[in-house]
Amino acid sequence: MLAFLIKRTANAIFVMLAVAFLAFVIFRFFGDPVEMMVNEQATQADRAELRERLGLNDGFLTQYARFVTNAAQGDFGISYRNQQDVMVLLKERFPATFELVLVATVISLVVGIPLGVVTAVHRNSRLANMLQISSIIGISLPSFVVGIMLILLFSVSLGWLPAFGRGDTVNIGWWSTGLLTPSGRMALILPGIALSIFQITMVMRLVRAEMLETLRTDYVKFARARGIPAARVHWRHALRNCLMPVITLTGMQIGNLIAFALVTETVFQWPGMGMLFIQAVTFVDIPVMAAYLMLVSLIFVVLNTIVDFTYAWVDPRLRDDTARAGGANG
Amino acid sequence: MNLRKILFASAALAALAGAAHAENLLKWGANRDIGSLDPYSYGDSFTINVLNHVYEGLVRYNRDLKIEPALATSWEILDDKITWRFKLREGVKFHNGNPFTADDVVASLTRVSDPASPLKGNLPAYVSSKVVDDHTVDITLNGTYPLLLNDLTNIHIFDKEWMTEHDALKPTDIGANVEGYATYNANGTGPFSVVSRQPDAKTVFARNPDWWDTPQHNLDGFELLPVNSAATRVAALLSGEISFTNDAPVQDLPRLEAAPNVNVLEGVDLRTVMVGFPFRDKLSTGADNPFGNVKVREALYKAIDLELIHKKVMRGKSRIAGATVAPAIPGYVPELDELPKYDPEAAKAMLAEAGVPEGLEFELNCLSDGLVNEEQFCQAIASMWARIGLKPKLDVAPRAVQTPKRTGGTTDIYILGWATLPMLDAYSPLLQIFHTKEGNSGVFNWGGWSFPELDKLVQAAGSELDTAKRLALETEALGIVKKEHIMVPLHQQPMAWAVTDAVSEMPLFPDNKPRLWFARMK
Repeated sequence: MLAFLIKRTANAIFVMLAVAFLAFVIFRFFGDPVEMMVNEQATQADRAELRERLGLNDGFLTQYARFVTNAAQGDFGISYRNQQDVMVLLKERFPATFELVLVATVISLVVGIPLGVVTAVHRNSRLANMLQISSIIGISLPSFVVGIMLILLFSVSLGWLPAFGRGDTVNIGWWSTGLLTPSGRMALILPGIALSIFQITMVMRLVRAEMLETLRTDYVKFARARGIPAARVHWRHALRNCLMPVITLTGMQIGNLIAFALVTETVFQWPGMGMLFIQAVTFVDIPVMAAYLMLVSLIFVVLNTIVDFTYAWVDPRLRDDTARAGGANG
Repeated sequence: MNLRKILFASAALAALAGAAHAENLLKWGANRDIGSLDPYSYGDSFTINVLNHVYEGLVRYNRDLKIEPALATSWEILDDKITWRFKLREGVKFHNGNPFTADDVVASLTRVSDPASPLKGNLPAYVSSKVVDDHTVDITLNGTYPLLLNDLTNIHIFDKEWMTEHDALKPTDIGANVEGYATYNANGTGPFSVVSRQPDAKTVFARNPDWWDTPQHNLDGFELLPVNSAATRVAALLSGEISFTNDAPVQDLPRLEAAPNVNVLEGVDLRTVMVGFPFRDKLSTGADNPFGNVKVREALYKAIDLELIHKKVMRGKSRIAGATVAPAIPGYVPELDELPKYDPEAAKAMLAEAGVPEGLEFELNCLSDGLVNEEQFCQAIASMWARIGLKPKLDVAPRAVQTPKRTGGTTDIYILGWATLPMLDAYSPLLQIFHTKEGNSGVFNWGGWSFPELDKLVQAAGSELDTAKRLALETEALGIVKKEHIMVPLHQQPMAWAVTDAVSEMPLFPDNKPRLWFARMK
């Protein structure tokens, strides 16, 4: 088990280094941050000097090595645009994104699971077919379109909910939350829905497939035969057995949601990490872009590693890589 | 940590603002956030514009964009012609209560001209400054220079004591990897003070009750709420969540005009959009460059249907320009504004006469995040040039990507918009664009041209203290630009602001800078 742990951790570190490397290769095509930092009256000499001071004239390997050395010590530098320590910036923005992702996840479970059960139980009914079709629309609509439509309906036409921003927030230590103020909760609704649309349809389809499977099993038939009410059989006995994969998938999707939140955040001017990243791209703010990419890849790596560990713990066969490789070849 | 303090303060203030809703709180939905609370840290005119509500200069622009006294009450040029003596306003206090004195002016000028300051180019002639007495300052320049006042409108005055106390005497230097106090905090003399700031979300400003000037505004404060997405900004305006935006998207203007609670303020920007030509020996393709020939440049100019671009691409909202500066800019005369006759046939004949090969390939370099409808009018121009037998290759990308190609001379023809900011004088484009590239001059001379006759006029204007004589020199130099078609002007671009009916007065400034100390609410 220890060897497995070490191997997995080494893998994770390698992935992070590779992400940083690719990021620095790509940054070269983003353009010149100095042109965005100085104003129109700066001379060519001033620009060259600033470029030199920021170390932008070094080759990308040198820049990459410098970044990795500093990052290993927890130093991600100062944002070119916001003039703030990048770590502080990300720490400030992380709660906003995380809260949004959390709300989207809750919405997707609360809405997706019942819909999945209903479509499975009433398989060929008109309602189920309609839900199936609308779930295809939900999966295929880009989230910025959903966002704008929600704004037009709930903010402009009905005037119920704010069109942008996070409302008032309360600080608990360094963590800022909008859940404790009325305006903060109102502000969470629209972006939460916009971000969860895709997730809802996914949960719904997963629950439906699992339910169809479970409803065919013997114990469900026995339960029905014993005369237990249908609702109780479906919602209690069958549904419980479907939830394991839903929970695993939801956990894994948190990384995805954090990464994809940037579209929703841009539409709703949500002051989270995605917003920060989009602005960093416009201004070629290399320290922020690099740190954001590292953080997102860290989240993915950690989630995957945890899942790997859990599986290995549950299924001893996975611990022995050689056996698995042999099995795969055979 | 002070950041936490700010956030706490903002939560407290939000509660307060909710309680006192009846106040005149203007909600300004901007298309982006300011970079920092420190105007000297990031060379960005929008940041300087917003922070001008908090910090003031020695002089300022009035409603008609004429320079008037602000923190200085009077000034004179001493006998050596290079030293300017400023008398400072007495009884002015910073937001923290400190009195404003000559020391503050010297410390601020030293800060902005620091080698690490990205704004030092805004004060090109500055050499040194010294305190004469508590309310008198001498500023020494590197030569006779007529435009010091124009430059000083944008140089904000900080409190020396405050900067010393918080170790902020130097601007934030990102290269040195240290944060600056002034990034999060502000202390000026202006009509508004900063209450709180959450980057990318909200910056709150409150009326300064002790402002030295009689306020023309009736605001109790305002909030700067960045809303980057244009569609969301329009929605927020329609739903009344913001009461003002300085960037109403052109494509949404009809919708906003139709809304009962929104007023659209439209005008023409001072920014003149121009086409620049390469003067190097070779084009980016390696072929010989014909654009050094004035006849070829003229032919390309004649082949652009300015009327069509105005009508179709700019939806009739731009102003077709014949001069390379807008009419409001000193140095402009109507004779410069004569328009060319659109004549593709003549253009084709001129190209043939100049020996330009049929199907000549070259790049047309445009920005995707630059001027109003830049991508569209670039496409239009490319097809107009294709009609006279050329093969322009359109290259559209963000500013950060295109600028290195332009400065490095690896592209051919390009589009540039110039508003003469912050100087508001024809000297600005003459020095920065049309002058030969040498030292501090010709920074935007991307085509690499050199007209010694024009350089002489620009240099003479740059040291001529008599305004009438200086403007005559500038006009003459602009005449050369026009005759030689160094760059050819297309139009002044449209600008549109929008307010909800809660706002009763919002003067529209052609330099596209909101000045909320003139705004009134119902």
